[in-house]
Amino acid sequence: MSTVTDENPSATPLTVPAQPRRRRVPGWARGILWAVGVIAILSTASYLTGVNTLTSTNTAQTAFRLALPILLAALGGLWAERAGVINIGLEGMMILGTWGAAWGAYYGGVWAGLGAAILLGALGGLLHAIATVTFNVNHIVSGVAINLLGLGVARYLATLIFEPLSGNPRQSPPVPTFDTYSASFLSDWLSDLEAQQRVGISDAAGLINGLVSKVSPLAMIAILLVPLSYYILWRTRFGLRLRSCGENPVAAESLGVNVYAYKYIGVICSGGLAGMGGAALVLLAGGGGYLENQTNGRGYIGLAAMIFGNWRPGGLLGGAALFGYADGLRLAGGGTAVLALLYGAVLLLAVIVVVQLIRRRWVAAAFGVVGAGVLYWIYWANDDLPSDLIPYTAHFVTLIVLAVASQRLRPPKADGARYRRGEGD
Amino acid sequence: MTSWRTKVLPPLLAIIFSLLICSIALLISGSDPLQAFATMVEQLFRGTTAIDTVNLGCVYYLSGLAVAIGFQMNLFNIGVEGQYRFAAVIAAIAGGAMHLPPVIHTFVIILVAALAGAAYAALPAILKVTRGVSEVISTIMLNSIVGGIVAFLINPSQFGVLTGNNLRTEEIDKSGQVPGIPIGGATLFGFVFIAAVIGLAYWFMLNRTRFGFELKASGESATAAAAGGVSAKKMTLVAMLLSGGVAGLIAMPELLGRDFSYAITSTQNYGFTGIAVALLGRNHPGGIALGALLWAFLDKSAVSLEQVDVPKEIAVIMQGAIVLSVVVAYEVVKRADLAAAQRRVGRAVTGKPASVAEGGAV
Amino acid sequence: MSNPSPVVELAGITKRFPGVVANSDVNLTVNAGEVHAVCGENGAGKSTLMKILYGMQQPDEGTITINGEQARLRNPQDAINAGIGMVHQHFMLADNLTVKENVLLGAESLHGIGRKANDRLAELANQTGLNVPLNALLETLGVADRQRVEIVKVLYRGARIIILDEPTAVLVPQEVDALFDTVREMRERGFTFIFISHKLDEVRAIADTVTVIRRGTTVGTADPKTISSRELAEMMVGSELPSPQTRESTVTDRDVLRVSGLQLRAEGSDRAVLDDITFTVHAGEVLGIAGVEGNGQTELVETIMGLRRQTAGRIELVDAEGMARELSRLGTLARREAGIGYIAEDRTRHGLLLTQPLWANRILGYQSREPVSRGQLLDIGGARADTERIVRDYDVRTPGIEVPAGALSGGNQQKLVVGRELSGSPVLLIASHPTRGVDVGAQALIWEQIRQARHEGLAVLLISADLDELIGLSDTIQVMLRGRLVSEADPATVTPQQLGSAMTGAGEAA
Repeated sequence: MSTVTDENPSATPLTVPAQPRRRRVPGWARGILWAVGVIAILSTASYLTGVNTLTSTNTAQTAFRLALPILLAALGGLWAERAGVINIGLEGMMILGTWGAAWGAYYGGVWAGLGAAILLGALGGLLHAIATVTFNVNHIVSGVAINLLGLGVARYLATLIFEPLSGNPRQSPPVPTFDTYSASFLSDWLSDLEAQQRVGISDAAGLINGLVSKVSPLAMIAILLVPLSYYILWRTRFGLRLRSCGENPVAAESLGVNVYAYKYIGVICSGGLAGMGGAALVLLAGGGGYLENQTNGRGYIGLAAMIFGNWRPGGLLGGAALFGYADGLRLAGGGTAVLALLYGAVLLLAVIVVVQLIRRRWVAAAFGVVGAGVLYWIYWANDDLPSDLIPYTAHFVTLIVLAVASQRLRPPKADGARYRRGEGD
Repeated sequence: MTSWRTKVLPPLLAIIFSLLICSIALLISGSDPLQAFATMVEQLFRGTTAIDTVNLGCVYYLSGLAVAIGFQMNLFNIGVEGQYRFAAVIAAIAGGAMHLPPVIHTFVIILVAALAGAAYAALPAILKVTRGVSEVISTIMLNSIVGGIVAFLINPSQFGVLTGNNLRTEEIDKSGQVPGIPIGGATLFGFVFIAAVIGLAYWFMLNRTRFGFELKASGESATAAAAGGVSAKKMTLVAMLLSGGVAGLIAMPELLGRDFSYAITSTQNYGFTGIAVALLGRNHPGGIALGALLWAFLDKSAVSLEQVDVPKEIAVIMQGAIVLSVVVAYEVVKRADLAAAQRRVGRAVTGKPASVAEGGAV
Repeated sequence: MSNPSPVVELAGITKRFPGVVANSDVNLTVNAGEVHAVCGENGAGKSTLMKILYGMQQPDEGTITINGEQARLRNPQDAINAGIGMVHQHFMLADNLTVKENVLLGAESLHGIGRKANDRLAELANQTGLNVPLNALLETLGVADRQRVEIVKVLYRGARIIILDEPTAVLVPQEVDALFDTVREMRERGFTFIFISHKLDEVRAIADTVTVIRRGTTVGTADPKTISSRELAEMMVGSELPSPQTRESTVTDRDVLRVSGLQLRAEGSDRAVLDDITFTVHAGEVLGIAGVEGNGQTELVETIMGLRRQTAGRIELVDAEGMARELSRLGTLARREAGIGYIAEDRTRHGLLLTQPLWANRILGYQSREPVSRGQLLDIGGARADTERIVRDYDVRTPGIEVPAGALSGGNQQKLVVGRELSGSPVLLIASHPTRGVDVGAQALIWEQIRQARHEGLAVLLISADLDELIGLSDTIQVMLRGRLVSEADPATVTPQQLGSAMTGAGEAA
């Protein structure tokens, strides 16, 4: 994502018409292929390193749970950027969401908590919309300001309202969390398979079991929001108009679309989704209350997932899964598991290097070999990784993935651009 | 003149607006806004608060300068936070380990800090230039990671030393410390003067050198700058490194003037303050100085609010509100200014509002 | 026809912006079933008037009457509902959306978004000659097809009054003829056209009536069949239109720019944006490149300036003693320092820093050289002095040099840019659409300056879509098509028609 207001000059678009792209494999099929490939690599790594936690049910459950805030933040980013507004303030809106979730849940139960979280997040979104759409403030500056403001407001309200209840201004009293459900028949069968410790099948069983057991309603809603977002944005009139505001707002204006309204809607939905991400941190197992610094950068990781997903719902689901997995693995398995993950990364790089060699991309292949070498050395030279660094696994992974994933990024064309009614052409 | 109005009006409006917002917040929570503000102002004249404000202002000033260098180019170096902490721990460890003659020792520590800050900024810079990775996200990731790095380095198994109940780095000899000036009961950091010199250098760089011109041009219109011969990649790299280098100095006033070692519990979040202060001062060295002092004042006098039963976090809300409203105010004033300039052009050419062909803009 | 009824009446329209009155008491009456041309030079206020008619701007004073009823057009939707459609000069299309999505946007309720819409679209596409798949991404379409999509957009919404804003700016003469045939045919079926243009011969070819606007106000109405171009020009600018004709030849034998085998591939594809380009520009020569927009001219210029990296080929700048210097390894600033001046085609995005004062804009591109710089340090006094000189010599209308560049009119901005690029005694000037969007006075001055510099030995590479400008100013013309130089033309003998067919690949130029 180029955050320079004008396009990156060394990548200015050509005036020559582009060539039509040919889609050989439909998106969902590619997703399934990738999933199969990932399971294969993880099970190989698990087998070769003897670390079972890579593919255990527990890891998968934790990963799923931790992927949710990232997924919701990524969806939030999607809704805003498809309408043409960059939303860096997701972190601040998520923080407001965590406060709202704790407050609502304490007084009214989990669903009230969810509602309050969405509401507070949406308020943050409204503020961002006012600053960027009505006043044309630079989107990134406004987002940073909202993060500061969100942090400050949450702290203030926590001191005001939570401290009398819990005695600690940084923490809320314990709040109820969502009940979880498991598809019991399926889950039992998969647990059996997993216990058999058969290569490949047990790994797949463990991972899938994590996705169908101990699932909360919130998780189900979050997952459903992905195809729902796709449908709304790409298959309805509303979605077309919203996307047009992010592609060419002046053209949309010339056809009678109320660009301001759609941008507002996009950003407010964005805030609401980020707020829901905050609720996912508070109202699920492992949460149970508002805690200062609970979000720990997940709003930004969500943005990274959106970029990784090339601004499409399916892609960002993959990104959220990746970062969530890294987060979940280090929580469930600790340093040894992360090391095993490095081993898996080496295997993945090996596959990529082979592909690059086939395509005769020597330089890329060389980089891959070097990277694989470094990772393998880290794996081989350590029994365990420094405990101080483990909590930041997801952040490291985000950084590395962003650096490495080189695809042709297609952000919405007018993303981040200033728009004023009547000033077109 | 218009330029004074453009520069001073927005921050003023922003502060007034924020005072209003905070008053509302205070009223909701049952406190008396006027009493709260009065308490804060009184605090300034009590004890060492005034000197402490200037000292903290010096730190915030450096932070604001570091961020402003990036802002000039539309580079959002949110990573100032991570860069300064990384530089602080590295410089503290290096400073504690070295034993050099007085002025040289200090100078070397400062140099190490600047280089460490620049190094921590080099990674996001390279990623942006070679892979197009957003510097906002990469610097924020590095900000989080630095917590782990600091913890790792201060671990007794690495470089840390257990002093009392606190894990800190090895203490820096007197030869490396920067002497302060005793005023009243408090000590003014000697580093304040160094910070002022850096501010001057920043102003000079920006307005009188070719590099500064290219920096500003890149920030305003990357395409026009490229056509005018500015290398966007080189600019990004140099700007980030400079920003990181100045960021590395942020911890120096306190490290070399008061603490002499760095601990896990050493103050954080100075980097984020820099963002607010740079926005408030609109990237101008003088404006940043005033913003830094204002922010320091809010921080130092907020402690007094506990005496009147007001959560001190109200100061944080005030700061957030100021940041948001100042950027809105700047936009509004900028638009009014351009319109005024167009009117002047039109009038000057014909003596009355001009038509298009005679030089009036459309 | 007797008693034609007015279908559009604009009365007393006034529109003010800060510092300028764009329209002042404008009156326009368009009758049903006619092609009504609105004529005026760049910056006369035609576009603003049409934006008001299309609801994109609100008039400060005056009334709009559509089909006998007074109407308030608060936004484009109101105009669309009143049966008005607009084909914009700068296309209002979203590259990342498909053709169908671009047409349907905002009009989804007319025919739904399913089969009925597809059928209607196919029908209209047929009528306008648009032969692309409806789910093609818009970025794959060339300029002529994009204009057809704009026309389909308008027809899809059932417009009966169609505003065409400078539609021929991107078309070659043959395509202009085809467009005019379509217009005439539609006029027979009852459509009304409002045709904005500043090209007098086209206006006389197609229009039934002409209204002339000058300096924001209506000068008068005329019958194009009886009025001469000269009289029209008098109404438009008060004098004869300037001519880009050059007098004697000043072409020398000395090479200045030698481009050989230049190749540029699009990233990630094998498509050649520039394909084996070879040419030479001599001192005192103006080499014009003719081509429909989107055939690589912009990329050629950017590659010579160092804004893009070629895949293969050489670019050499030859000095007075005949020493050739390979530019490929040099960055843009170094190429400028070697003596290249560059007038970019979009001054607001590539030529100026709009919020900076004029003297700061003087420094742009020259920040390492006299008189505005002493190497690493700027010479602000020198910059101010030289900016004053440019303002004087190039007649830039401004109250001072502290004014932000964005406050000047287009013509004055361009004069400033030309003045800057000709200072420093360049040996090569790259001029890309140098008088686009510029008023007649500025146009004349820029042409004169180019002629003058050419007389003194400057080599000029000229890109222009204005065939009169191209033919008038150039000593040699090369035609560019799909990234290759396909033919050469002699400006002394070639006609716009011949040039036009060479530009679209339909024939050879003489």
